[in-house]
Amino acid sequence: MNVCKRLLSVCLLLALTLLPLVSCHASVSHEAFEVPTDFDTSKEYEITFWAKNDTNDVQIAVYHQAIEDFEEIYPNIHVNLKLYNDYGRIYRDVITNLQTNTTPNVCITYPDHIATYKEGKNTVVGLDVLMADEKYGLGGSEIAFDAPTVDEIVPEFLAEGKIGDVQYALPFMRSTEACYINQTYVEKLGYTVPDVLTWDFIFEVSKKAAEKDADGKYKVNGQEVMIPFIYKSTDNMMIQMLKQRGAEYSTDEGEVLIFNDDTEDILYTVADAVSADAFSTFKIESYPANYLNAGQCIFAIDSTAGAGWMGADAPFSDIDGSKIVEFETVVRAIPQYDTEKPKMISQGPSVCLFAKEDEGEVLASWIFMQFLLTDSVQLGYAQSEGYVPVTTKAQQSAVYLDYLSRSGEDNDLYYRVKLEATQLMLDNIENTFITPVFNGSANLRNAAGQMIEEVTKSIQREQTVDDAYMEQLYGKMVSLYNLDSATSGTVGTGKKVFGALPAESVVLLCALGGIWVLIGMYFGVELIKKRKK
Amino acid sequence: MKKLLAIVLALTFVLGMVACTQPEEQVDPNKKSDGVMTYAQYDAAKKGDAVVIEGFVQAKQSWWDNKATVYLQDGDGAYFLYEMTCSEADYEKLTVGTKIKVTGNKTEWAGEIEVDSGSTFEIVDTTDKWVATAMDATSLLGTDDLIKHQNKLVKFTDMTVVSIEYKNGQPGDDIYVKLSKGEAEYDFCVEYYLTGDDTDVYKAVGELKAGDVIDVEGFLYWYNAVNTHITAVTKK
Repeated sequence: MNVCKRLLSVCLLLALTLLPLVSCHASVSHEAFEVPTDFDTSKEYEITFWAKNDTNDVQIAVYHQAIEDFEEIYPNIHVNLKLYNDYGRIYRDVITNLQTNTTPNVCITYPDHIATYKEGKNTVVGLDVLMADEKYGLGGSEIAFDAPTVDEIVPEFLAEGKIGDVQYALPFMRSTEACYINQTYVEKLGYTVPDVLTWDFIFEVSKKAAEKDADGKYKVNGQEVMIPFIYKSTDNMMIQMLKQRGAEYSTDEGEVLIFNDDTEDILYTVADAVSADAFSTFKIESYPANYLNAGQCIFAIDSTAGAGWMGADAPFSDIDGSKIVEFETVVRAIPQYDTEKPKMISQGPSVCLFAKEDEGEVLASWIFMQFLLTDSVQLGYAQSEGYVPVTTKAQQSAVYLDYLSRSGEDNDLYYRVKLEATQLMLDNIENTFITPVFNGSANLRNAAGQMIEEVTKSIQREQTVDDAYMEQLYGKMVSLYNLDSATSGTVGTGKKVFGALPAESVVLLCALGGIWVLIGMYFGVELIKKRKK
Repeated sequence: MKKLLAIVLALTFVLGMVACTQPEEQVDPNKKSDGVMTYAQYDAAKKGDAVVIEGFVQAKQSWWDNKATVYLQDGDGAYFLYEMTCSEADYEKLTVGTKIKVTGNKTEWAGEIEVDSGSTFEIVDTTDKWVATAMDATSLLGTDDLIKHQNKLVKFTDMTVVSIEYKNGQPGDDIYVKLSKGEAEYDFCVEYYLTGDDTDVYKAVGELKAGDVIDVEGFLYWYNAVNTHITAVTKK
């Protein structure tokens, strides 16, 4: 009888100990978000917004003005702005803050990065329910400003914020890449800039531009420095070249397919151009604009959002004015393999929401997020650089159409190169594409660019680039960027992002904990008994 | 008698200890292991050349994703190690003064001479540390000789503050500093990764006003022109 009692006691104790332990694990992550019925305007909310700018005072001013205007409409919502210049740093800080549950409420980011953030359970708020909410959704009945409806967001841009079936981000601004060309030098070399560039053309002219005279100076510019073709973002270069060739990169699910013959062929093309001193990269040389404006580069490929730095009359400059030379700048789409079917990357900042315990706080953040898509913010920010607004409403507004029509009126707001870059994006929205987004897609992107960087450096260091080199390079990329486990949670940040524990693990851990508690209780009871005796 | 014995024993102990202590050895900052370049050989190497160097850690700028950026110096010159391959655990071992050997390639980025990303390192000595004394480079401002001391710990005295500007217009990132000497103006920077907003120098620079006269110390970094990374300021 005593044995039965003891067994029963042990079972009861186990049940009492394990149940709370099992249930307590779930409190670590946020619950799935549900839209509150009403937004409490009498309650004070303080939210943080991490935003990115391109080292551009106008953009900073637009953010500040947006917050001021928003707080006037919603005086109970206070927005703290933290500004960044680079997406990589936002990514690092978010990863760090995810572990301490101190993420911002609203954050400018890239979908590739969201794919990593959302590995934690409910860390990033899925927006579908919010967007569709009748009262507080996009352009909802209770929104106190003129927010765009879902139909007024450019569908191509909106789709880019979807990961799987869930909308995790809204577009904030869009850009693509453009080729900024020193037409003066192209013509001096005996060529004419075509309407649509090809890779063959750009490499041919670049090789010609690398010719030197007897004094060791470059014939085309008479200087000791000439890097005919500089690419800012080599990950984009590889991705776009593969896309244009119809070559494989990855599946939507995250299977890595980049290590193929097309990639190898592209890398040999790069190696050939580097051998002729015709090509280099931003990571190796520095900003393409600095070389272009100093007459030391003929083809500079950079974002349309960097157009304000391009050309002899550019409003922004990083180099001493005495180094800038006069030349005619023309803007073209990036080079193509098939001029009839141009393809170019769609890029630019998106914006996401991080989950918080207080659903009212999330709703306040969502309302602010919508405010970033209003015409005043969209137009103000887009005009600061070669960005395109993400709403048709803003794109078709009289203010924006007037802005576009005034190209070249000055070298500031209406700087011709900037407006031509903007127009390039507007004319090619249907020709843009993005790469699949999955946990690890940021790594794959890095590897795509790193292969070009490695080949370029190797040739510059007079190393042999052959089939054995390629094989070794592929292996190095797989290892460096964890591409053999792209969907396993390893994000290449040096840190591992863990999802929720499997149920079996939770039960096992709790059982172990429970046993230790029971052992402790047993000894405690025995000790009390002894003392009583 | 007992007291005397105790004194004699104590004296014997002290003298014995003194005798056992060897005279402190001066660390030779230019001493190199076999196969390691002198600073002059490194300086002569061309962009892209393979280099093997040794020096003493002077400051750590950042670590992320197994990449460390570090200022290194020996008795003759200084080195900027950009994104050197380094685990987080090894990064902790890179304390100021630690001697390391670095294998990589020399490169140049916007005028800054550096050991390119992907270099590897090993710790040579953790006991004999060496920390550089800031070299007064005030008289070299505006001369072609200044760049010869690139990446060294240097100081400039009696500089006048022209402007202080937070990158992004608010604390939390780099601070751009313009200082003048005579008619000429020079760019300086409080590099956020090197000295973040919780450091004394970040706070001190943030409080400077145009017209203040200061002594400034830092690493002689280059970005298209001299752009010293400030590590200390003294307001006069």
